[in-house]
Amino acid sequence: MWYRRLLLALLLAPALLWLFALIILPHLDLALLSFRERVAPREYVASLAQYRTFFGEPLYWHVFVRTALMSAIATVLTLLVAFPIAWIIAKLARGRMSALLFVVCLIPFWVSETVRTLGWMILLRESGVLPALLVHLGITREPVELLYHDATILVGLVYTSLLFMVVPLVSSLESLDNALIEAAYDLGGKGWSILREIVIPHAAPGITAGCIVVFMLTLGNYLTPTLLGGKSSQWFTEQIYTQFITRFNWEQGAAFGFLLLALSTAMVWLGLKISGQRFSDVMRRA
Amino acid sequence: MIPTLPRPAWLRAATVLYVVAFLTFLFLPLAVVAVFAFNDAPYPAPPWHGFTLDWFLGNEAAGRVGLFRDDELLGSIWTSCVVAVWVTGLSVALGTANAFLMERTRFPGKGALSMLMLIPLVIPGVILGISILAFASRLAQLCSDLFGIEADFLRPGLPLVVLGQFSYIAAIATLTISARLKRFDRTLEDAALNLGASAPAVLWTITLPYLRPALIGSAAIAFLMSFENFNTTLMLVGGDSPLTIMMYGRMREGATPVLNAVSLFLMLASAAIALTLIRGGRRAQS
Repeated sequence: MWYRRLLLALLLAPALLWLFALIILPHLDLALLSFRERVAPREYVASLAQYRTFFGEPLYWHVFVRTALMSAIATVLTLLVAFPIAWIIAKLARGRMSALLFVVCLIPFWVSETVRTLGWMILLRESGVLPALLVHLGITREPVELLYHDATILVGLVYTSLLFMVVPLVSSLESLDNALIEAAYDLGGKGWSILREIVIPHAAPGITAGCIVVFMLTLGNYLTPTLLGGKSSQWFTEQIYTQFITRFNWEQGAAFGFLLLALSTAMVWLGLKISGQRFSDVMRRA
Repeated sequence: MIPTLPRPAWLRAATVLYVVAFLTFLFLPLAVVAVFAFNDAPYPAPPWHGFTLDWFLGNEAAGRVGLFRDDELLGSIWTSCVVAVWVTGLSVALGTANAFLMERTRFPGKGALSMLMLIPLVIPGVILGISILAFASRLAQLCSDLFGIEADFLRPGLPLVVLGQFSYIAAIATLTISARLKRFDRTLEDAALNLGASAPAVLWTITLPYLRPALIGSAAIAFLMSFENFNTTLMLVGGDSPLTIMMYGRMREGATPVLNAVSLFLMLASAAIALTLIRGGRRAQS
């Protein structure tokens, strides 16, 4: 049937165009870029120089490791902050109250990250609201600078990530049958053991989905670390920006980009392996 | 734990406290942004100097440039809108085509293609940005070397910003629209065909109206994500800055409360979009 084939071709063409022209070819090109070295103006040879620079220069890989660690910490903190609220939405609050609480939790994330970061800057900077409050309450004598610390960056990152943790957690907790918890309780289970043996195994898919997405977004974040961390943010995306836009050293920037992509992919893969889930299911859940 | 099980009083109290603390954490940054848009002082910082509308209406004669007189800021809002309209149109069109491709056709390699369509969601935005930047620049270089044509749209600027945002927002639109098409009862189409409707008429009067909520929903999400995008845009932006980039630049310099004014505006706009979506979603369910 010729028209079925035509239809298939017509539907397939835009999808392939999108994936090849905007995703696959640019990334292959980026890979090629990262494996070459400029030897003279407009003359390049294939080499591993860019990656050697990364491992040879402590500044670069320190920032890389730091970004990875901070992202991991931010992910765990987000999980800890989000789990109780997800539990309350899914199990404790009833009917309208639960729906209302859920919507209220989502509202801040409809607002741009720029606006939310502006809010944190007004709250935390030396002339800001919280330092003034601390002085007013007599806790500190002089206003203290609360911006530009690692803890500030973490607060900002947890804040921007909450939504991506709460949503998958709520949906996985909602599907947990209350009767299971009641049964566990009747059989003598205490809060902690019920959590460990019933709730967490059941919610594992949601937890993994949330953690993967949060880690990925945190790793690739630029706005929050640079604004809340200032010069001391030392975030890897900032290095990529510097190489690409400021120094115009595209080969080095491409290598950095690939390293970040590799780390991000590795963590996604690891998360899926540990929890034994399929990529497509996790993405649909998130 | 759950309402049917006995909960000690301290646990109930802790739950309430936690919810209050959580909501404060969630809304405090937004609240300060909104409040300081009306503070009669040159910087968004305490103490409170009294109420003013200068940051909305002020003009240069008053020494304070308000939002409605700040041509640079208004221009960047317009830029963001233009970009978002393009991204939304392209994403929804491609998302719809992809939904039909994945749900209605069969071809070899379909599984791989459906995996591939999720890939843009796990690539950090910064890397999407640099890969498209590098690829487009190399294409432009190739054009000018081979044919002597200057392909300006491949240089950093709004066309590239649109493509960069579209590259991953299209994946989200695809997921949303496919999910709805999957739940469609195909016997409705068969019935219409049996009654003598032509295939385009069936598509126009049966299938597309059914998809409408998903189309509207994904359009709203695409618009919002494009409007708020920062990471990808930062790498691809040329002379005209969209709003997020403009705000970022000013936030680094320490801006006047005009930024609070524009943020308040964004909050109201996002809230309006969110409410319409939630209402729309409820109507689609009932």
